[in-house]
Amino acid sequence: MKIAVLSGKGGTGKTLLSVNLAAVAGESTYIDCDVEEPNGHLFFKPDQIRSEPITIKIPVVDQQICDGCRVCVDFCKFNALAYIGDKLLIFEEVCHSCGGCVLFCPLRALSERDTVVGEIRRGYSDQVRVASGILNIGEASGIPIVKGLLRDIPAGTTFIDCPPGSACIVMESIKDADYCIFVAEPTLFGVHNLKMVYQLVRLFGKPHGVVLNKCLPGENPAEEFCRQQGIPILGKIPFDPELGTINSEALIAAREHKGWKQVFQELLQTVMGEVRRETASHS
Amino acid sequence: MIIAVPVDDQSAPNTVCVSFGRAPYFLIYDIASAANRMVHNSGASGQGGAGIKAAQTVVDGKVEAVLTPRCGENAAEVLRAAGIKMYKTSGDSINENIEAFKKGELQPLQDIHPGLHGQGE
Ligand code: SF4
Ligand code: SF4
Repeated sequence: MKIAVLSGKGGTGKTLLSVNLAAVAGESTYIDCDVEEPNGHLFFKPDQIRSEPITIKIPVVDQQICDGCRVCVDFCKFNALAYIGDKLLIFEEVCHSCGGCVLFCPLRALSERDTVVGEIRRGYSDQVRVASGILNIGEASGIPIVKGLLRDIPAGTTFIDCPPGSACIVMESIKDADYCIFVAEPTLFGVHNLKMVYQLVRLFGKPHGVVLNKCLPGENPAEEFCRQQGIPILGKIPFDPELGTINSEALIAAREHKGWKQVFQELLQTVMGEVRRETASHS
Repeated sequence: MIIAVPVDDQSAPNTVCVSFGRAPYFLIYDIASAANRMVHNSGASGQGGAGIKAAQTVVDGKVEAVLTPRCGENAAEVLRAAGIKMYKTSGDSINENIEAFKKGELQPLQDIHPGLHGQGE
């Protein structure tokens, strides 16, 4: 069972929720797909860490063999190649590693070389398997890392902490998810962010629900929006300075306090109930 | 000397396009003969790498100088590799910019902006 946790922007409590749900789920897996700013591992502090480099294939040219026919330049849909002044230029950050140019070069002047774009670290924190993806600074796309993270996930309950926003990398992160949880803040701005991810998830036809974070008594535009749109509200996390402090110290609230443990256990029960109901009705 | 200017529309070829890589057309103008022609920028609608494709188009037009309001990193790298100089346009009139260039009044282009790839690709 794979549950993706999303939000339209960072700082809404996406990591707070996924980390705490995984912590109360017993034997489970937590995957941090926010490869540009992974922080789930700061909370879990996993041990027995194994690291695996993630590489992509980038073409290299042998200028001695290349005769400037430009078959490769014309082929590249991403315009990562240019032929200028008797030389083939390769723009690595634009290349999507499709391998087409290498295949079609009539003189076999092109070959592929592995370039490291980041790494995946896997470890354990109590009963939780923790996997984090880290994209090297300056690399354009974290998608190869997300693909690596989501390959061969062990059976059982998995929480996928998605990158914020609604770009391609978020789509990649939720592609195989069975259920999506949005985390939303109770403001008009929160509604705006929620709409973005809501549209994306609807596009994929994934069953979904929302957790409202930082709730105060009184009006909640995000809640209003959910009711209008018929988005199930899975639960509310109250605005609480104590929770804020625990979180800012990179501690896991559910492991620190019985009270919070109970809050997240109840939330998990609701979520799992929804997931079971939805996946039963969808299959 | 042959120069290139990114232009907005083939039917109204008198305004400079704000973007180099995403310009739909380039005006290729030969100062010596006053001959000019429009070339289509097939990179404008492509997936990423628009600047690279645009620069390749310009290089293939045997251009020696580009007049443009701005230029991305990748396109600038291609143009530099081809030894093409870049000048900053002022205002959006193509004719006025060409005249200013002939008089040597245009400044070399300084602001090369980083590419936008990776944001939504
Ligand atoms: S591998 Fe694909 S994307 Fe990369 S340069 Fe070759 S054709 Fe273009
Ligand atoms: S297809 Fe091969 S020979 Fe032709 S330009 Fe590309 S690298 Fe050179």
